Amino acid sequence: MNSMDFPLLSLLLALPVAGAILVALLPRERTELVKGVAFATCVAALVLSLPLYFNFQPGVTGFQFEEVTDWIPGLNISYHVGVDGISLFLVLLTTLLSAVAVLSSWTAITEQVKEYMALMLLMETAMLGVFVSLDLFLFYVFWEASLIPMALLIGRWGGTRRIYAAIKFFLFTMAGSALMLVATIVLYLWGGGTSDLPKLLSSQIPAWLQVWLFAAFALAFAVKVPLFPLHTWLPAAHVEAPTAGSIILAGVLLKMGAYGYLRFALPLFPDAVPLFAPWLSILALIGIVYGALVALAQEDVKSLVAYSSVAHMGFIVLGTFALTPQAVSGAVLQMVNHGLSTGGLFLLVGVLYERRHTRLLKDYGGIWVKAPIFGSFFIITALSSVGLPGMNGFVGEFTILLGTFRVNVVYAAIATFGIVLAAWYLLVAVRRLLFGPLNPANTDLSDMNAREIAVMLPLVVFFFVIGLFPNLFFQKINPAVETMTSQVTQTRAVAEMSNE
Amino acid sequence: MPIEIPTLNFIALAPPLIVIGTALLVLLFDLAVTDKRVLGYLGLVGVVIAAGVSIAMGPRPATTFQAMAISDGYALFFNLVFLATAGLSILIAIDYLERHDLQRGEYYALLLFSASGMMLMAAATDLIVVFLGLEIMSVALYILAGFNWRQLASAEAAMKYFILGAFASAFFLYGAALTYGATGTTNLNQIGLWLSGGNSDPMALVGLGLLLAGFAFKVAAVPFQWWTPDVYQGAPTSVTAFMSVGAKGAGFAALIRVLRSGFGDSAYSADWALAAAVLAVLTMTFGNLAALPQKDVKRMLGYSSIAHAGYILVGVAAASESGVRGVLFYLLAYAFMNVGAFAVASALERRGEFSTTQRDYAGLSQREPLLAVAMTVFMLSLTGMPPLVGFWGKLFVFRAAVEAGMSWLAIVGVINSAVSAFYYLGVVVQMYMRAPAEYSPRLVGEESDAKKPAAVNLEVAIGTAVLLAMLLTVVLGLWPGPVASLVTMMPLG
Repeated sequence: MNSMDFPLLSLLLALPVAGAILVALLPRERTELVKGVAFATCVAALVLSLPLYFNFQPGVTGFQFEEVTDWIPGLNISYHVGVDGISLFLVLLTTLLSAVAVLSSWTAITEQVKEYMALMLLMETAMLGVFVSLDLFLFYVFWEASLIPMALLIGRWGGTRRIYAAIKFFLFTMAGSALMLVATIVLYLWGGGTSDLPKLLSSQIPAWLQVWLFAAFALAFAVKVPLFPLHTWLPAAHVEAPTAGSIILAGVLLKMGAYGYLRFALPLFPDAVPLFAPWLSILALIGIVYGALVALAQEDVKSLVAYSSVAHMGFIVLGTFALTPQAVSGAVLQMVNHGLSTGGLFLLVGVLYERRHTRLLKDYGGIWVKAPIFGSFFIITALSSVGLPGMNGFVGEFTILLGTFRVNVVYAAIATFGIVLAAWYLLVAVRRLLFGPLNPANTDLSDMNAREIAVMLPLVVFFFVIGLFPNLFFQKINPAVETMTSQVTQTRAVAEMSNE
Repeated sequence: MPIEIPTLNFIALAPPLIVIGTALLVLLFDLAVTDKRVLGYLGLVGVVIAAGVSIAMGPRPATTFQAMAISDGYALFFNLVFLATAGLSILIAIDYLERHDLQRGEYYALLLFSASGMMLMAAATDLIVVFLGLEIMSVALYILAGFNWRQLASAEAAMKYFILGAFASAFFLYGAALTYGATGTTNLNQIGLWLSGGNSDPMALVGLGLLLAGFAFKVAAVPFQWWTPDVYQGAPTSVTAFMSVGAKGAGFAALIRVLRSGFGDSAYSADWALAAAVLAVLTMTFGNLAALPQKDVKRMLGYSSIAHAGYILVGVAAASESGVRGVLFYLLAYAFMNVGAFAVASALERRGEFSTTQRDYAGLSQREPLLAVAMTVFMLSLTGMPPLVGFWGKLFVFRAAVEAGMSWLAIVGVINSAVSAFYYLGVVVQMYMRAPAEYSPRLVGEESDAKKPAAVNLEVAIGTAVLLAMLLTVVLGLWPGPVASLVTMMPLG
């Protein structure tokens, strides 16, 4: 365990809330101050989260930076937080993208800045809470709580169909997780009145019950990921959300679903996995191909990126359910990669939209001449998303494919086809946006300013760091993933033996 | 034969007696005091003292009036629920009545009498005393519902509530009479003894059914809920706030005691648990579906209160200690979030106007950010979103249902919660996502303010009520441990 008794994770959870309260108390007219405080809070949280990486011991099994305190003593529900190799980078991704998102909304948000910033900060705490919770009820609280600020962000500061998108987002995800609450209660009672994840992992749950509980959890996570055919809330929400909202949605919120499978559904209900894994893998494959094909047909860049998320998240789910250590490690890293690349793409689309108030491909063309910095960033980010070797996307997708190939050749082949499609739609977008004759409407287009470059730069640095030195990440991810996959496959082996 | 002098332990009933005493004081001072708001604050002092005495008494059971009433942890906890509701409602009324020119001393006296009736219902261990509390509570509420005599809707609300309430009382009395006929006693513990001795009598079963019907009316459960939306909408908002929680809480307080002490250990216990489960499903489903299309916030909250009766019935159907605890927690949570919601609705009502459509909430976050935040908290808490107190209420009753082997009931409950999100969210959508100018004012005579949304009358007392309710909804949501522990120490005596 870590040598420090410092409550790092609790501080990390409390910091954005404190920032939000501070922002709420500031005078309404001082918008610059409000933004400054919000950004400073995010940077402070980012800095605070760095020791998680540096002090993380790869060799240690189990959770690190753990904290346990009674929360509802009468019911044995505890405040239990900690991280392992699976959640570590998601926490870091959250703190990074939150800072990026706040900085990116500096000029885009002009109305009710105070409420906006407070909601962004509350959002950060809710997301961090999802990734560090080791108690099922605590997890559920954060899981549901993360809905509220995001729905408000979409509905208040979003595009023309924002109200529809916000309600759809809220209702889909809330209805999806309703059954998870009942399943959590059942699990809690079955485990002898405990909702502590490490304790529950060692409790014996009969196979028939595991099937039901898995189904309830899997539904909640599938809506969040989202898996085909539950994805319909995603394009609406992504397209209508303000830029920062899209960054957070694609970057972090979708990961909560994939993370849920890895953290809860798989290790808690291993006996149910063989029953569901083929179906979920097939849905993931459908998502990969369907998302890519629909993305191809989009005229709006933002919805193109939104549908590409459906495809990319399909990859992550496919890797998760291949259940080889390699594929799962790849999936974990790909979650981070997708957060960075897609976050970057939404950011760049936002840059364009702020200038021209349109996102249609036909309104652009040839803008490389006018905005070479923008063009360079866009190409780099698109290539990262496509999976060019030497960049982050390649490492993640390749590892997933390799791991999946070992279990199922057909799945791997279809997924590879998805990569080809991804290259197609993104490169088409690059061509239509940046090259060709200059659309006269864009003659006054200005290039990215210093703030916008500062927002993009950290993302691009990570594209290459992950691409060139993946072991900096895998060495911390792998041990936790190996423990988890061997747990799942062993319990299954035992169950199969006892059945014979 | 010597006449037995009954032991009258007045101390055991101190909290309701303090409330009654305060009500009498209010009536007395009403003759002399010209600023009637003072009477409201006087009532508030009485409520606070009664709550303090309740806490000081502790959960040690003490019977009184020859075991006709009891002061146990259960009754004391309900005292706190009713007193919190009464206290917040008085704060609302102080400003609300002033604005609508309804300020009268009787209002506070009636409200306190009604609260004392509720407390008596929670303490009653005899069907006769239950009836006494029921009538004290109801008669005062009938009058309060019609307190705004200038409005036809208010009179209509009072009339409907009175006529249907009288029916319900008759049901209850008939049930009590049949139960007495079968068991030879109206004392709940004696009834329990008789039934657990292996005795059974179809007459007792019919009696139980009629008692259930009477309570179902008071808590607004299907199929006795028809009065609810009209009465909630028509009554002055400050009254609706009080009765939505108080009358429902009192109904459940007595219902649970009758079922657990009287019919708990009997041949009928499976029957009433099943009946409660079926009623729970019907009630929450009806309430939520009917609330969906509502345009008026008070009416929507009326239907939503039917749905909440359904959720609470889930805890009753569990027929267990943990079910009772869940109900206790739920009602306390409901007191804060629902009275809070009505407090915001009262604050938004303009002088002389008595309708509260969803449109009045459009763009509220830009006009009155604090009220909008508070209303959002109440709406989300009523939906059952964590980390707000309403979530824990639901979690505890659903947990009890799963524990009792009724997982299906919990599943129906969570699906209903998801449905309810739609209409609660509708209010949030109005406040945050619609611009205030999107709708023109409804009043013809207000052309001058056509652009300007109506000023909100956020006075001190009503603001305090909103703020208190919001703080408690949030704090108890983040830190439900103390109350969750408290309800485990509050068993039925």
